Amino acid sequence: MPVKVMIPSPLRPYAGKRDSAEFSARTVGEALGHLTTEFGELRKHLFTEDGKLRSFVNVYVNDEDIRYLAKENTPTKDGDTISIIPSIAGGIPSIADAMRSKFCHSERSAESALGFVSDNRIGS
Amino acid sequence: MATTVQPQTGTKPAASLSNEEILRYSRHLIMPEVGMEGQLKLKNAKVLLIGTGGLGAPLGLYLAAAGVGKLGLVDFDVVDFTNLQRQVTFGTSDVGKPKSEAARARLANLNPDIQIQSFETQLTSANALELFKDFDVIVDGTDNFPTRYLVNDACILLGKPNVYGSIFRFEGQATVFGMPDGPCYRCLYPEPPPPGLVPSCAEGGVLGVLPGIVGSIQAMETIKLILGRGENLVGRLLLFDALGMKFRELKLRKNPNCPVCGTHPTITKLIDYYEFCGVRGEEAPGPTVQVPEITPRELKARLDRGDDLFILDVREPHEYQICNLKGHLLPLGELTRRVHELDSSREIVAHCRSGKRSAEAVDFLRKAGFRKILNLKGGILAWSDEVDPTVPKY
Repeated sequence: MPVKVMIPSPLRPYAGKRDSAEFSARTVGEALGHLTTEFGELRKHLFTEDGKLRSFVNVYVNDEDIRYLAKENTPTKDGDTISIIPSIAGGIPSIADAMRSKFCHSERSAESALGFVSDNRIGS
Repeated sequence: MATTVQPQTGTKPAASLSNEEILRYSRHLIMPEVGMEGQLKLKNAKVLLIGTGGLGAPLGLYLAAAGVGKLGLVDFDVVDFTNLQRQVTFGTSDVGKPKSEAARARLANLNPDIQIQSFETQLTSANALELFKDFDVIVDGTDNFPTRYLVNDACILLGKPNVYGSIFRFEGQATVFGMPDGPCYRCLYPEPPPPGLVPSCAEGGVLGVLPGIVGSIQAMETIKLILGRGENLVGRLLLFDALGMKFRELKLRKNPNCPVCGTHPTITKLIDYYEFCGVRGEEAPGPTVQVPEITPRELKARLDRGDDLFILDVREPHEYQICNLKGHLLPLGELTRRVHELDSSREIVAHCRSGKRSAEAVDFLRKAGFRKILNLKGGILAWSDEVDPTVPKY
């Protein structure tokens, strides 16, 4: 039985609208690696450019914060649930504002589409 | 372990209830968990609500109804017609009024025996400590990162509990920060996401009941803190998924290295929270990209004249269903991928709801080589105002 990674709703647009995904993994880092391989757009939301978990994204194995376990090396066993908990301010952005920020994400891919950069990974 | 909040000293605490109050609170008084002792604690308690919007609505209503003796309401906003879908303190006749005052009037009608103070002001680093000092419990019902960090830090500096709640579309979070042995918001999130990476918001909006549920949880936690009863949410983050109708909880730990509540704090006074959150200037609507424009009246005249114009609607499909100008729907977020659908030899008028997104679209398309492209100034909102009032505004 694999581990289940719960994807919070703010990140679902970058994960094919899925609310969870299951992977075989021995550690949290491995599971998140599988997740961001399957959903490439998620990577920049979870990891910094040098591959560290972003400070405003908290990750839990079951109900424990991995910062107080072994961080990304925290071992997982079959049936564990990994939760990604990003900070939410609780605002109710208007559709327009939300779309603006969405466009900001795709702006760089716009450049790549126009040949300004060759790497089409958004934000990379 | 139940934790009791010590009331602020100053005015002499009330030692009894009037006969009318006894009748009003009789369903509390006959519960041993509240009783006369608990009701007097509520009567002597002072609670400050930061924000009187979606979360603040159930908070204000339930805390006033429960007989919390003094309620402070901080909000600088005015009631908007689109607030009524979830901010149940307000009625249709309140639209345009200051929220703090409209909420005060509503709560005073609900319970004339309590003291309600409205503060029509924006909470800032300059006024937070002064505002907070007269209250026992601070309840965070705000909607932005700078205010959340400000409320947290001010609560830690003054040693006051911070009853936290937040919502996103169908999900909510609630906990209690700022208790002596418990974690604070910075223990959980040392810093906010940078503006460009806020995990946003592919769609805006919130189901109106969600802030009602999360705000009610905050009201319950506030009352439990005052009564010193039950198990409160200190050290636990309650997660609520309204679509799946599931509650879960995660353990929160006090971070000994926390910059504000840790053993060697580096933040010992309030800071500039807009700078900290990297959103300076974003509060004000940023300047829209400068692009060639056409006014709704000019567009109407040209369409009436039979000019060959291609109307490009860059909103989302669900917005198109609300109202449209029979344009070609191509959402802004998909523009880069679907730009080949557009014919650069034709004259294009791009529009959205207010003109902002379409300005970005026009800017992008011009950079992509489109020359005959105009932005509809003010979008569908202006079209409704200036040309066709039957088109609904949203």
